[in-house]
Amino acid sequence: MTTETLPEQAHKADASIGGYVKNYLDRVRGGELGALPAVFGLIVLCVLFSILRPAFLTPGNFANLFTQGAAVVVIAMGLIFVLLLGEIDLSAGYASGVCAAVLAVSLTNNGWPWYTAVAAAMLTGVVIGLVLGALVAKLGVPSFVVTLAAFLGFQGVLLLLVKGGTNISIRDTTILAIANKNVPPIVSWIVLVVGVVVYAGIQLFRARRRIGRGLLADPLALIAFRVLSLAVISGVAVYVLNLERSRNALIVSLKGVPIVVPVIVVLLFVWTFVLRRTAYGRHIYAVGGNAEASRRAGIDVDRIRISAFVICSFMASIGGIIAASRANSVDPNTGGSDVLLFAVGAAVIGGTSLFGGKGRALDAVLGGAVVAVIQNGMGLMGYSAGVKYVVTGSVLLLAAGVDALSRKRAASTGRR
Amino acid sequence: MSQGPVLELRGINKSFGAVQVLHDVAFSVYSGEVTALVGDNGAGKSTLVKCIGGIHPIDAGDYFFEGEKVHVSGPRDAADLGVEIVYQDLALCDNLDIVQNMFLGRERKSGLVLDEATMEEMAAKTLDGLSVRTVTSLRQYVASLSGGQRQTVAIAKAVLWNSKVVILDEPTAALGVAQTAQVLELVRRLADNGLAVVLISHNMNDVFAVSDRIAALYLGRMAAQVKTSEVTHSQVVELITAGRSGELGIKNGNGAAS
Repeated sequence: MTTETLPEQAHKADASIGGYVKNYLDRVRGGELGALPAVFGLIVLCVLFSILRPAFLTPGNFANLFTQGAAVVVIAMGLIFVLLLGEIDLSAGYASGVCAAVLAVSLTNNGWPWYTAVAAAMLTGVVIGLVLGALVAKLGVPSFVVTLAAFLGFQGVLLLLVKGGTNISIRDTTILAIANKNVPPIVSWIVLVVGVVVYAGIQLFRARRRIGRGLLADPLALIAFRVLSLAVISGVAVYVLNLERSRNALIVSLKGVPIVVPVIVVLLFVWTFVLRRTAYGRHIYAVGGNAEASRRAGIDVDRIRISAFVICSFMASIGGIIAASRANSVDPNTGGSDVLLFAVGAAVIGGTSLFGGKGRALDAVLGGAVVAVIQNGMGLMGYSAGVKYVVTGSVLLLAAGVDALSRKRAASTGRR
Repeated sequence: MSQGPVLELRGINKSFGAVQVLHDVAFSVYSGEVTALVGDNGAGKSTLVKCIGGIHPIDAGDYFFEGEKVHVSGPRDAADLGVEIVYQDLALCDNLDIVQNMFLGRERKSGLVLDEATMEEMAAKTLDGLSVRTVTSLRQYVASLSGGQRQTVAIAKAVLWNSKVVILDEPTAALGVAQTAQVLELVRRLADNGLAVVLISHNMNDVFAVSDRIAALYLGRMAAQVKTSEVTHSQVVELITAGRSGELGIKNGNGAAS
């Protein structure tokens, strides 16, 4: 056995903050754009709309952005699991509609309590995912075809559930609160402070443990930068959302973080943890990167495929519940028309690859923000629905183009 | 190292339907040695390797491991014995880094969470043991590695599990001159570390550069298994193409191997 020490060799990568910046720039130049296009696009769009329409920058509109985009963000978060495998779920939009209809029928027509109705809606989502996943993984039908068929089928199921086009209104206060009520300002501040402190603690703990074992750890400056940017961005958001939004504050006060925001934050945290810290998440990436290699490594590829579709449809059911809460009702259009394309668009704009193997839960939030800002801003500008569709379609195409180009570039620089 | 073979096959027969691919094959692999498995296309090299790896069940014959007769009925059984195969297409995930690839499917966990620190340490130790100096960071994505580095990662992945026999399927087929030299050096070091290595190759230079023994298959029969130091280049080529060479090889074209 030769005893040359690899640790020095292996860890000679630059550990200073300068080294990190250089490494990051190299990666971007090599075609690994990550969240850059989404963040850049978000800033440009926000500046543009604030100049053209000052109403865009009001606290009331800021809160609107969250409730408008929430359902799409949640559905996109589930879609990312399917996209990571290089598959697609075209039925996620109408799946959310079907789940919302199950919720509405149980609540309003059958008079169930909200928790059983929500459980029924979520269960519907899980069952839908199991069926789609089994058809793709076990039968080997391309996911594009399976979910396109399901897209049509669920549209019909939705119509049947709402009895040919009637509108089922939702009166349950708990469900309505999700998209229409706010967290008390003091509570959101406490949660924010606790959240930032816990995040900083975890980061420092991990770095210290790695240094203690002689491994390369993130430099302190980078950790400080991450914690500080999280604190500043979320602090500003909470501050603005806690401003009075009501036109007549004496009659009815309207302030605080909409309840959907913590819902999304919790989902983001859970799925990020699953993808980055568990063996299951690692296997999702592995199957998306090289299914044959994963099979030989002893990973049950079929099980991973099915589970990704289950997660996708389950998240669609949550998206459907949020959409029903926001609209106060469920009709044959819930989860229909543009919802699915916006969700796919959100994931891709956020940086998730349509070719599989690359993506994060955070992409759904970033991309969803871009989609929501376009919809909201163009609405304020008074453009018709037609123009909005054209613009959103173009942005989706642009994002998919950036994805394909960065992939090409990455291939030519040997990064993928 | 003069003990018996760590892995020994006797009288292996294997047919696919009406086609008999392996006839009465005997094959021995010794610890601390590189055994080159050579043969023309269709001679049965891949089938033999897949039988060893448990991917194909054998029709007849005995499989001995460390002197004990064993029954290998699947890839898991072979892995449990300590037999690892590095296939030609390497089976690495481009979108994962080196450590993630080495532990793919066998991740270390503490509770529910992946134990990245331990995995990184073990990967570093393994590469260290092979004195690999070509890899700068263990957290590099495999996509950014060269062909030789990928081969190194694939081999290290096989070695990580305290394996006793490592079978390499044409590890240098797609590599340039410098990288071939690196990989061959690594193959030699595996054997020097006490592992039994089986090297499948078409390249006579590679075979003579690193192997201790040469096993030549000819039309599904083991033509000869000889010490590399006792044969010449042209004798091995004759064994591969005609099944015999002078005293060596199959007599009368069928049956007994020398």
